Amino acid sequence: MDNIRNFSIIAHIDHGKSTLADRLIQYTGVVTDRMFKDQILDNMDIERERGITIKSQAISLPYKAKNGKSYTLNLIDTPGHVDFSYEVSRSLASCEGVLLVIDAAQGVQAQTLANLYMAMEHDLTVIPVINKIDLPSADVDRVLEQMASELDIDPDEHLKCSAKEGIGIEEILEAICERIPPPKGDSDSPLAALIFDAHYDAFRGTIINCRVFDGKLKNGDIIRFMFNKATYKVEEVGHFRITREKRDAISAGEVGYIIAGLKTVSDVHIGDTITLDNRPCAKPLPGFKEVKPVVFASIYPIASDDYEDLATSLEKFKLNDASFVYEKDSSAALGQGFRCGFLGLLHLDIVQERLEREYDLSIILSVPSVCYRFTLKDKSIVDIDNPTHYPDPSSIDKSEEPYIRASMMLPERYLGAVMKLCMDKRGVNSNMHYLSPGRVELTYEMPLAEVIYDFYDRFKSVTQGYGSFDYDLIDYRESNLALMDILVNGIKVDALSQIVHRERARARALLACDRLKEEIPRQMFKIAIQGAIGGEIIARSTITPFRKDVIAKCYGGDITRKRKLLEKQKKGKKRMKMIGNVSIPQSAFLAVLKSDTD
Amino acid sequence: MPAGLYIHIPFCQKKCGYCNFYSVTSLALIREFITALYKEMELYRRTFDSVPFDTIYLGGGSPSVLSAKQIQEILNHVRNTFDFAADSEITIEINPGDIDLLYLQDLRGLGINRINIGVQSFNENILKFLVRRHSRQAALDAVAAAKRAGFDNIGIDLIYGIPGQAMTVWMETLNAVLSFMPEHLSCYQLTIEPDTPLGKKSAEGEFVLPDNDMQYDFFMKTSEILEAAGYVHYEVSNFAKDMDRASRHNQKYWDHTPYLGLGPAAHSFQDNQRWWNHQSLERYLENLKVGTPPVEDSETLTNEQLQLETLLLGLRTKKGINLERYKERFGRDLLKEKSNVIADLDKAGLIKIENGCLRPTPAGLAVADSLSLI
Ligand SMILES: Nc1nc2c(ncn2[C@@H]2O[C@H](COP(=O)(O)OP(=O)(O)OP(=O)(O)O)[C@@H](O)[C@H]2O)c(=O)[nH]1
Ligand code: SF4
Ligand SMILES: [Mg+2]
Repeated sequence: MDNIRNFSIIAHIDHGKSTLADRLIQYTGVVTDRMFKDQILDNMDIERERGITIKSQAISLPYKAKNGKSYTLNLIDTPGHVDFSYEVSRSLASCEGVLLVIDAAQGVQAQTLANLYMAMEHDLTVIPVINKIDLPSADVDRVLEQMASELDIDPDEHLKCSAKEGIGIEEILEAICERIPPPKGDSDSPLAALIFDAHYDAFRGTIINCRVFDGKLKNGDIIRFMFNKATYKVEEVGHFRITREKRDAISAGEVGYIIAGLKTVSDVHIGDTITLDNRPCAKPLPGFKEVKPVVFASIYPIASDDYEDLATSLEKFKLNDASFVYEKDSSAALGQGFRCGFLGLLHLDIVQERLEREYDLSIILSVPSVCYRFTLKDKSIVDIDNPTHYPDPSSIDKSEEPYIRASMMLPERYLGAVMKLCMDKRGVNSNMHYLSPGRVELTYEMPLAEVIYDFYDRFKSVTQGYGSFDYDLIDYRESNLALMDILVNGIKVDALSQIVHRERARARALLACDRLKEEIPRQMFKIAIQGAIGGEIIARSTITPFRKDVIAKCYGGDITRKRKLLEKQKKGKKRMKMIGNVSIPQSAFLAVLKSDTD
Repeated sequence: MPAGLYIHIPFCQKKCGYCNFYSVTSLALIREFITALYKEMELYRRTFDSVPFDTIYLGGGSPSVLSAKQIQEILNHVRNTFDFAADSEITIEINPGDIDLLYLQDLRGLGINRINIGVQSFNENILKFLVRRHSRQAALDAVAAAKRAGFDNIGIDLIYGIPGQAMTVWMETLNAVLSFMPEHLSCYQLTIEPDTPLGKKSAEGEFVLPDNDMQYDFFMKTSEILEAAGYVHYEVSNFAKDMDRASRHNQKYWDHTPYLGLGPAAHSFQDNQRWWNHQSLERYLENLKVGTPPVEDSETLTNEQLQLETLLLGLRTKKGINLERYKERFGRDLLKEKSNVIADLDKAGLIKIENGCLRPTPAGLAVADSLSLI
């Protein structure tokens, strides 16, 4: 166990975690050149297409150090985007140390700080790594100053590398062996293994990723889940080498996987402790802090027949996304579905896409909402995250909405633009201090609803990518709220309803009507779109019908061609939701939240 | 239903600017082509001999580049190979640039009883834009000659929706054609195909087609004027003096009647199967030289595909879709299944139920593609 090192690579988004992981993997030679591809740990299509890491990914690397000893390095690459910080925090629970990667050109950013705090909460050894030193705009000295003043890290501890060029890799491997302590724990104690991730495999059932803290686990053992006492016989254990690699056993200090014919998806809980049935440990491991979703939306199958399918898919999907929560829900316009909680809009977007790709589902998401709080005249308090459940306005005594504190780091030159944006977003109580000459930290208190409503994109655009942003929920504050409905050809589409600040209702309704006009394809009929509060129409737009679509000729040779074209259109139409006689595409439901700036 | 026979003559004197029909401009291979055509007929003697035919359609390309003698030869061969009803409709497409009175008299003498003249426009500028190889005068002469040669079933093809074309310019052409009162009129809206000279010009932004609303106006105006003049607007682009004069051959394409297509690029349909020949005279000739069918590919239509085609083709015709027949054929009651949509479409003036048929109105014909997706 002395030769095992468990560590995560953490950083702000895009600072080069996955690329650094590539170099470490290649240096230790576990992947042949032929099999290698960039960001090899980003193995989901959606990660590769978007160029971001969504899931933490573990891999075991053999490394022979200069001191002559052989080590097993268990590396976990983590995502950088805030919406996936739960992935990071769970990875950290399996580690004794981290590589804190900082982009030499960008310097310390909001998630550098946030992730460092997380590592410190777990008491982990931090190795600061300044990456991208090959860039002409790299400014190592400046980063060193920031490390000292903003992160409170001794600059002498830093390493420099270019993950892209493969510079400084050996020094990093050596530092991992030297500085990060080996795992503690006892292979002879009763088994205690922490489940930190899982996924469902159609052939093998649920596959569990775990960190063994104490004891030893081998094939044929009977394991017990401490959460619900369910027992299973282990079929296979192993560790990760890009693909799963079977081993005879995994023991204290190691990270690996377990296959145990787990067909009942609900038996597996992320954060649960696995022990041996015939020799259980005394108490479960601490597990994970619960995450609180901040954005809510309903998911409906496009074809109502697919409801059951959706239900089982969600159960399996949740195994692989511990931050995703859901419960049953129904809509007058869209039928049976599920109300789901997400950590942010990117998370929501990724969940939708993964469900469609990995489970071959066609789904509609309702307009996302935050959770509002209403005190009714009878003094009862209700939390509402679904506009469909908006209380009868005459019964409401007080309306409140959640506020966050946003912390932003940005070059001073963008201060004006960012302050204007924050004020647009109803920000209050601003605070600013200089991190260094020319660089400021700005905080604002803002309604969460304004932040999910397209703040992130606009912030990035006004700071031209040089600003970073993090937030914490602080409290609920009184607000003047109203329920805005959308009617399509006179039919209320509840999945498009939004709870809005009354003063902004009109503007939001107009925007929603315009967005829908862009998103809903012209059809053979005129389509009227209206925004309403109560019975009052406050905004409208009209989609004029198209009047001609037919091609002049359709003889022998044209028929197949024409049919194929229509088959394609028909498929597209199946992916739209029929409301009355209007086909509404998926994209329309999310588009109503996008603003029209830029 | 008797089958239709189509023969593709893959030669033209010169290519028109918009044309994506398969044809070559070198006429040297005509003889060889005719020999190959005979071999191809032979291949289908087996499979198509149980069906009687009642139409022959000589299309292309430009059948009128062949001599009357060559056409006679081809017709004789066809008649010797397949069974034909006595009153078969025999159509030939001709280009005004290729013909004279004598030639047309010869054709009439061969038993050809329907002639389709590719006029496209009576406007000199538009003929130039389309890169047609004949003048306005030649077009007028051709129509007159067809009458004099004794054809009493004359069809004329026109194209509208030309870039920059004013409605009045199209009206002039329509009026000119109405002075002849041909038995049949095809009015095609210009479509720009990518691999044509006009397609390239369009990609380079040299011109823009009329917008969707303008196209609709052209379409509806054409329908109104011709219906007022006594024509039946029986298919998206086709008008007949009365339904007896509708192209018997073309209607087979629209209701899944079997048809056999001979010659390069020709399509055939029989028993839910569709197959098509190589779009290459060279490969066509090579294949037949060694006695293989010159077929490029084929498809067997699934029930679902047949349904979609029935809708997409049926809703392009005034007759529409016979709901009882549809139910018999596919076991589906459209009227019941789609009652809401049909009611909405009826209210929007696009469709109506008449004599047990689902029928598009003229405005419905303009959106037939979307109608077929109900
Ligand atoms: N010039 C240069 N570019 C680098 C270096 N390391 C990474 N990059 C580039 O930076 C971008 C982001 O790299 P990733 O490795 O995907 O970053 P990441 O931190 O894993 O990103 P997330 O997982 O989305 O948080 C890619 O375009 C890399 O090619 C480096 O050392 N030098
Ligand atoms: S005559 Fe007909 S087939 Fe020949 S090039 Fe012109 S349009 Fe095409
Ligand atoms: Mg990454």
